[in-house]
Amino acid sequence: MSVPTGPRIITSRFDLADGHTYAGYLRTGGYASLRKAVGTMTPQQVHDEVKAAEIQGRGGAGFPAGTKWGFLPAGVFPRYLVINGDESEPGTYKDRMLMERDPHQLIEGIVIACYALNASQAFLYVRGEMAHAQERLAQALNDAYANNMVGKNICGSTFSVDITLTWGAGAYIVGEETALIESLEGERGMPRLKPPFFPAVKGLYMQPTIVNNVETLANVPYIVGKGGGDFKSIGAPTSTGMRMFAVSGHVNKPGVFEVPNGVTTFRMLFEAPEYCGGVRNGGTIKAFIPGGASAMWFFPEHLDMALDKPTVDKAGSMLGSGAIVAMDQTTDMVAACWRIVRFFARESCGKCTPCREGTTWLERVLKRMLDGHGRAEDIDLLFEVSESISPGIAWPPRQTTICPLGPSAVSPIASAVRRFRHEFEHYIEHGRPIDGVVSPFVTHAASHA
Amino acid sequence: MTDTVAPKTTVSLTVDGRAVEAQSGELLITACERSGSFVPHFCYHPRMSPVGMCRQCIVEVEGPRGKALVVSCMTPVAEGQAVSTTSEPAKRAQEGVLELLLANHPLDCPVCDKGGECPLQDQAFSHGPGESRYVEEKRHYEKPIPISDLVFLDRERCILCDRCTRFAGEVAGDPLISFTSRGNNTQVMTFPDEPFSSYFSGNTVQICPVGALTSSAYRFKARPWDLDQVESTCTTCSVGCRTVIQSSRDELVRYQGVDIEAVNWGWLCDRGRFNFESVNSKNRVHTPLVRKDGALAEATWATALDAAGRILRTVLNDKGPDAVAIIGGARGSNEDAFAWSKLADALGITARDAQLGDGLPTEVFALPQATIAQTCASATIILLAPDIKEELPVLYLRLRDAAEKRTARIIEVSPRATGLSAYAWKSVRHDPGDQPRVMSELLATAEVAAQLSRGDVTVVMGRGNLAESAEFTLLATGAVLSAAPQTRVLPVVRRGNVRGAVTAGLAPRRADTDTNAILAAAAAGRVECLVLLGADPLSDVPDADLVRRAFASVKHVVAVDTFITDSSRHAEVVLPAAAYGEKVGTTTNCEGRVSDVAQKITTAGTARPDWMIAAELALELGIDLGVSSYDELHDSMVASVPAFAPIAQSNSVRHEGVVVEHPVSVRITASPRSAAPRLTHQFRLHVARVMYDRAVGTAESPSLAPLARESAVHLHSSDAVRLGVREGSDLRVAANGSAVVLPLVIDDAVARGVAFVPFHQHGSDVRQLIRHDVPVTDVVIEVV
Amino acid sequence: MSRLSDERVALAREIIGRFPRKKSALIPLLHLAQEQDGYVAQDAMVHIAELLDLAPAEVYGTASFYEMFKFHPVGKYCINICTNISCQLVGAWNLLHHAEERLGIKSGGTTDDGLFTIEDVECIAACTEAPALQVNYRYRYKVTPDSFDSLIEELESGELQGEIPPHGTLGAVRQITTAAWSNRGIEDQAKVDSR
Ligand SMILES: Cc1cc2nc3c(=O)[nH]c(=O)nc-3n(C[C@H](O)[C@H](O)[C@H](O)COP(=O)(O)O)c2cc1C
Ligand code: SF4
Ligand code: FES
Repeated sequence: MSVPTGPRIITSRFDLADGHTYAGYLRTGGYASLRKAVGTMTPQQVHDEVKAAEIQGRGGAGFPAGTKWGFLPAGVFPRYLVINGDESEPGTYKDRMLMERDPHQLIEGIVIACYALNASQAFLYVRGEMAHAQERLAQALNDAYANNMVGKNICGSTFSVDITLTWGAGAYIVGEETALIESLEGERGMPRLKPPFFPAVKGLYMQPTIVNNVETLANVPYIVGKGGGDFKSIGAPTSTGMRMFAVSGHVNKPGVFEVPNGVTTFRMLFEAPEYCGGVRNGGTIKAFIPGGASAMWFFPEHLDMALDKPTVDKAGSMLGSGAIVAMDQTTDMVAACWRIVRFFARESCGKCTPCREGTTWLERVLKRMLDGHGRAEDIDLLFEVSESISPGIAWPPRQTTICPLGPSAVSPIASAVRRFRHEFEHYIEHGRPIDGVVSPFVTHAASHA
Repeated sequence: MTDTVAPKTTVSLTVDGRAVEAQSGELLITACERSGSFVPHFCYHPRMSPVGMCRQCIVEVEGPRGKALVVSCMTPVAEGQAVSTTSEPAKRAQEGVLELLLANHPLDCPVCDKGGECPLQDQAFSHGPGESRYVEEKRHYEKPIPISDLVFLDRERCILCDRCTRFAGEVAGDPLISFTSRGNNTQVMTFPDEPFSSYFSGNTVQICPVGALTSSAYRFKARPWDLDQVESTCTTCSVGCRTVIQSSRDELVRYQGVDIEAVNWGWLCDRGRFNFESVNSKNRVHTPLVRKDGALAEATWATALDAAGRILRTVLNDKGPDAVAIIGGARGSNEDAFAWSKLADALGITARDAQLGDGLPTEVFALPQATIAQTCASATIILLAPDIKEELPVLYLRLRDAAEKRTARIIEVSPRATGLSAYAWKSVRHDPGDQPRVMSELLATAEVAAQLSRGDVTVVMGRGNLAESAEFTLLATGAVLSAAPQTRVLPVVRRGNVRGAVTAGLAPRRADTDTNAILAAAAAGRVECLVLLGADPLSDVPDADLVRRAFASVKHVVAVDTFITDSSRHAEVVLPAAAYGEKVGTTTNCEGRVSDVAQKITTAGTARPDWMIAAELALELGIDLGVSSYDELHDSMVASVPAFAPIAQSNSVRHEGVVVEHPVSVRITASPRSAAPRLTHQFRLHVARVMYDRAVGTAESPSLAPLARESAVHLHSSDAVRLGVREGSDLRVAANGSAVVLPLVIDDAVARGVAFVPFHQHGSDVRQLIRHDVPVTDVVIEVV
Repeated sequence: MSRLSDERVALAREIIGRFPRKKSALIPLLHLAQEQDGYVAQDAMVHIAELLDLAPAEVYGTASFYEMFKFHPVGKYCINICTNISCQLVGAWNLLHHAEERLGIKSGGTTDDGLFTIEDVECIAACTEAPALQVNYRYRYKVTPDSFDSLIEELESGELQGEIPPHGTLGAVRQITTAAWSNRGIEDQAKVDSR
């Protein structure tokens, strides 16, 4: 199988022993784009390149970064850039790598973005549990400050910016941008309703604020260095550039890959020797998650679909945060569904009634089924409760909630119950999975017996 | 008063097919309600910022981009919107939310205090699916836990609407309760060992949409269907909050705040909310009492009136009208005061005063006046007043709101940090008596001058220090009036109806007939008979020595009261008065707003309204006041007191109230002059009221009585170090030839060199040090 | 139990200075408290409230929202075993059960010697290295029952002390505020921004 190729844009230093150091970064061409931006370009020109690159946000929603930057109301100061390094969507593993292995690339992207946005304060919010990423970023920031890449009069220009490194303390919902802002304000991480609280207009401290994902900003040095047109020529016109995908689950070689966006297919990722090298034990794909736990699941018929945003959207799911989880023919779909629902139930912030009460209810019903106490009416009940959280149970979801977390809990239910209803019925009737499927709770000792 | 100055534009939309006009910026929920479509909701409260979290108020809106389900409590109206509150998707969403709200809610309505008046119960009844499909185990928490002395929390019933927590932080500024934990474990809690001891805690009970928060005073007292209610005005202090008073089986059981724009926005303070208990107290005076063989004994009205009449007749005949004085009236209605004033007129008694030597001269009512709303809308609010949070609590809420959410800037001149200091633009400490100088210096700064030129200026003036003459506050106010001629004043007088009593005629005719003068005359033997109208000078007059001497010399005391107090205990005749809730009338708040007080229960025993007692006593003395009913009396008052003319035939008296104005206007002309500086080894005394003291309404309310503290002297920590004393040390505080021993409280809210003593607490009585004719009280403090 | 040490108060003030509003420093300060005591003590919350001009209830309200903050002492080593979907698919529950048996405690519990706490946690962003766990937020990848046992032995013997500090310590490297810090974002940003 031949796979499309492209330049390694953001993972280029991952294999270097000193790629994360200031010296290593500088040696490999680092901070050249920053010098170029503050030395030779106007903020508007920088913004124009990012627009031309048509880079879609890598945090989940895939909104074009250049367009988002344009939403800042003119003349309103102070304004802030907030960098979302809270990576917690199940299956997602790429922002942590970018922060640990190439922190200066991210810092350079942040400073350039601040220049383009006319912002002089940025807040880099890293997930609390990522101690190593925090250390690497702290060291990199201290070095960048010492070398005049951040702080006063950067590279001798009139431009100054501060980056405050801060981190959370364990709450998935804080990845949602308005919750992240609340958390940055020292509050409980409960999302704000959009509208009226669109961050670009009323964000941090009610001031205009741009929230961007780590991977999104890590691409900015390349875009400014090579030009937006160059970036756009990589991948598909509808999904530009290179993009990182984490492929986990039942494959031979799980891993994180930077692949040309919009042209690589799911099958290539699962099967190509450069990537995962096939399903484990020579098995087959029963279902897979194309873009994080919040996404609707895909099935074998979707394998040859390219990882292209509009294509995947149209097929009824999303690429989300680039988290692909493969499930082979032995997967217990009731258990898989329950585990994801439990995640959302545990991580609900508790603000909205439907999410707070509904996700917990769904989780309990599924757990009961797994424990052998399912009732015939439970499948209908799952749908009824789901309907109260996400009217119509459709994609993209409609919601009775403030943020999409609540409706996300409906995705695994809609996916698994619709496709594998018999597995749920079997659990209800017999209190165990169908033949050929392995419960994840059976210990090794027992399964070998 | 409107909050915003920007011109409002009108938009047109339809709600359930009906055309509605709305102001741009208005929320859908209010537009829907105005059009007659009720939208069920729990978290939305019109006086707090919307959070949109219960999700109950979902409606379907059709706009340019198609149909969408939105929460009506956070979505503003827009031109051309078609809103449906009852479309299939909207109904489905509302029912879904309701089912989920009920999933974890106990179905204990029959034993819940809220049962019968619970929006959740109502909703469940009218729209709910009937039977819960939730077969899982519900959330469990320890049953009701006290979160303060007055409030209990049952977390199992809580629906997490954020109302109480929002109120505490956003409205009261006491963020002592918060959501804790997350998701399905979210609960409302206080910090360990830090109770929700807010002066406003009762409001959370009122706005809790379910029975999660209950008050110790009302718990299990009554069921909503047994409740009878009537709208009234609280007369605990001179803010005059609008209330609903509720009774069950002819006993007061609860007060609730009523939302009127001009005054209290629906809020009440805890003292005003819970002191209904005192009306029900067993210790009320139920029958007339007449002194017999040295002791007060029960008597008939005929005997008592006869005795009182005889006393008055004798003194008037023997010594003339100047030998009789009337003190009090501020606890009664305008009509009560008017009747007594008519009686006094008929008898030629000029010595009368509704204030107890702890107020302001009545000229302040003749300065250009500001209403509460005008005060809050002012660009600059100058506080020359007591701690508003302690004495006029709901006015504090309004002023805090003005400073926090609107554009008002507060300048506070006070010897001690107050509840409003944190919200003040400038808060300046001073030695008592030095405020004229401090104020003048402030006014001379360019910054303050620029601020005053920015718009309306209001001085909130009151008697901030009972150990200091009122003149300094007047002089400081005068300085502001000369610096900014547009200045108005809001006189924050102490008791509920001081302003009404004064307007109705219970005011000294001359400065030398005020309460202090009356007491001095009594002490000198010139006044022989004191008539006390719900007044307790022995407890309340700051100069304790003066009042003690007066009571020792005076021959006769006639008291009209609801309780036997320190003062009425000395009476020869006690005539039992009807209490709040037992009589009708009108009352006048600090801004001059007249509104009605209503009767809800029958009077205790044979007690009668003050006015009726006046009329009967008049008959006893052969005078006909010409009134035989309350209505006649009210009409006569409106006809004969020009200031009350605007309330004639006004329905507003029964709700928002009507502001009455004082006709004349005066100027304070004396030039600013401060008290002489204190000697360095002395402290200057600051005595002021705090929310809970030994006042009868508090002391006779079992829920509130424990909240009064022990008397203590508060000093700044550096002064404590200087004296070498520790928290709790007993200190001897001496001045004017008297001394008291008080324990020390270290309190950095107090200015250095100032000694603060809260008024009327348990323990030693600091009033012994105060002399009404000494402008400031300098004390010497020594370790015992 | 304890208020913040003087040294930590100095650090706290530096952190507060990096934000336009004091309350923004709340979570970093809670981490400082947890670093000091291994958990967030009640007195520490009162102290933080003083430093940030908040009511203690506000501090606790925020703190208790976040999973990482503990309000009672936990083990010197918190072992967080991910059981989320990618890990579940390749044996996370098996690993968790093994860990529970090996240490004789249930998920959420702490061993009697106060050395270990185990928790079953949500995705820790190591999905391609499943099953994965963290010890005091330091990763271990593709963990098997056997490698779990050796991990425990190494922790018990103190071999990993350099690599894995006691519970509460996050970054061993901190951001420092130096003269290069422009501070403009805080002081007079509007002026600078309208450059
Ligand atoms: C429940 C929820 C969790 C999210 N978690 C993350 C996250 O961990 N990291 C992230 O970058 N974006 C996350 N997002 C998306 C952010 O809200 C936001 O869209 C993103 O940070 C914007 O950056 P981008 O435009 O560069 O993609 C999450 C969104 C939701 C609704
Ligand atoms: S949907 Fe869930 S997570 Fe999102 S705001 Fe509502 S309760 Fe919080
Ligand atoms: S009333 Fe609108 S969401 Fe609660």
